[in-house]
Amino acid sequence: MNVKMSRTLRDIALFIGMSAIGIVFIAPLLFMFVSSFKSDNAIFADLNKLSAYLPSAEWSMRNYTSVFEKSDLPSFLLNSTLIAALVVVGGIIINSMLAFSIARMRWRGRNLVLALVVAMVIVPFEVIAIPLLSLVAKLPWPAIEHGQLVMHTGWFNSLHVQVIPFLANAFCVFLFYQFFRDIPPELDEAAKMDGAGPWTVYARIIMPNSGPVIATAAIVLFISAWNQYLWPIMVIQGEAFRPVQPGIQQFFGRTNSWGQIMAYASVITLPVLAVFLAFQRQFVASVAGTGIKG
Amino acid sequence: MKTRLGRENPFAVAAFASPALLLFVLFVVLPMLLAAGATMTNHRLMSPEPTRYVGLDNYRRLLALNVAVVEPVRDAQGAAVRDEEGVRYPTWRQVRKDKPALEGYRPAFQIDIGESRVVLAATDPLFYRSLINTFLFAALVLPLQCGVALGLAILVNQKIRGRVFFRTVYFAPVVTSMVVASIVWAFMLNTDRGMLNELLRGLLHDPNAGPDWLGDSRYALPAIALMSAWQGAGFQMLVFLAGLQSISHELYEAATLMGANAWQRFVHVTLPGLRNTIIFVLVSTTLLAFGLFTQVDVMTSGGPLDSTTTVVYHAVRSGFKEQDVGYGSTITLVFFVIVLALSALQRMLVSKGDAK
Repeated sequence: MNVKMSRTLRDIALFIGMSAIGIVFIAPLLFMFVSSFKSDNAIFADLNKLSAYLPSAEWSMRNYTSVFEKSDLPSFLLNSTLIAALVVVGGIIINSMLAFSIARMRWRGRNLVLALVVAMVIVPFEVIAIPLLSLVAKLPWPAIEHGQLVMHTGWFNSLHVQVIPFLANAFCVFLFYQFFRDIPPELDEAAKMDGAGPWTVYARIIMPNSGPVIATAAIVLFISAWNQYLWPIMVIQGEAFRPVQPGIQQFFGRTNSWGQIMAYASVITLPVLAVFLAFQRQFVASVAGTGIKG
Repeated sequence: MKTRLGRENPFAVAAFASPALLLFVLFVVLPMLLAAGATMTNHRLMSPEPTRYVGLDNYRRLLALNVAVVEPVRDAQGAAVRDEEGVRYPTWRQVRKDKPALEGYRPAFQIDIGESRVVLAATDPLFYRSLINTFLFAALVLPLQCGVALGLAILVNQKIRGRVFFRTVYFAPVVTSMVVASIVWAFMLNTDRGMLNELLRGLLHDPNAGPDWLGDSRYALPAIALMSAWQGAGFQMLVFLAGLQSISHELYEAATLMGANAWQRFVHVTLPGLRNTIIFVLVSTTLLAFGLFTQVDVMTSGGPLDSTTTVVYHAVRSGFKEQDVGYGSTITLVFFVIVLALSALQRMLVSKGDAK
């Protein structure tokens, strides 16, 4: 009885402590969402009160409607969605194929390739950014003009400059490799006996059994593509191909309405939060998995 | 014909491996090689002038250091002139006039030894400033973020109702983009009405308490470190959590039977059990800290007084905003060497720990 009592007390104390920390972690985000529904005057009036984090009586969608009217947010959202979708789909295919060849096929040099891929995980993108900039300035891209095929030089101001360099992702290859390696060999050996080629084994046996790692790779690729900032500010001038993150930075510099800034921030944060909440379980499991082995 | 046992058809291997490998070569390996070449040129992004080979000029400009000992201004008796700010020194312009070797050099930092002032001058003092800022940021964010993450992991690992909910809450900032986090925090760190200063004023009962977080060169970098730790700690928490769950329960039970209290169990069971996880977290957090760019670009633009300019920020400013690709690549390459050296150092320390 006594032990049980002290356990309950301990649990209550823990719960209170965890809630307090939780408030610190969630307060900035709550503040962002709540402020996005308020007028600027109301935001400043509520700043030093608890109501800065709570729904207030006079909510309105006015900030959201003005943001959509005043900026090219719909077009930026479309760009980011296209970029993220292409990076996710292309990245899953390309990275899982390389991982499949390392984990499931036998060829000389595959251990060396694996070591190089692991080494590439530690190269920060910031190191590549400047040299990559001068490289993509020289790359050709085909286009059809007046019914003729012409080659343009330079990849600036396009969607592909924001997609193609990010398809191959060393961290994803490593994720897939770890998962594929642990799939029991009997699963594809039987198919190979029956004369199935590597493509059949990959597409019909390995990939359909890799749901969790595909979900993880999708989240990793989606978050990094959706949150791209440094690269688009370097390669995108003008608004046609601009994605959301540099979009809000530019909006931030141009407006002085905090309500609208917070509405903008909420619009571009919600999709990622939603994706995360939907795939939480897989995500947590695999982030955890990489940590131990890495 | 039958293929040799255990060897795959090379065409099939190539078909599977080549798309990703080609992209790695094109967008990771090739840029690095090109960068190494570009450091020897004055290549500019958009320039009518042809690119010229300049040898090691970029490296000299970036790394050149010179030491100047500056004597104080003396009166007729030879004693140092003092004013309200202490000993008076000649201006840098006067110093440079006396020493032609200092042409092009500007002070990077200085220390006063006795009456003389020792000035370390560089042709690019901002590089050394940003290097110091980068290390300073890492030194601030590393213990803060990893400590918080370990604490959160231990809390979330308790068998308590709602732990999945709390885990989600602590992780939420990680999925918020750094740009959005920076903008929201820029508002909360506001001097007059920001959340942090309001909190400080309430706690200290002083209506004037609270620094100008982003406008004061003493506080801007710590403020950015605080915000970065908030944004990133959830990720390391998950990694620590996995580490905690891999420690066997029997070890804890044995320790409890031997009379170990909670702290002793933490020091003698938890920490040794987390050894590899701690190493992984420290290495990955260091790498992230060294890439500091977005927060600086959004919140302070490197200021005030260059107190938040980092190596990456300096590289992007030179290589992209000033279009000096040759020089920007040089900063990038030197930065890469520093990152590599640090990972090697960490690896060395780790293997030393293994031998023990």
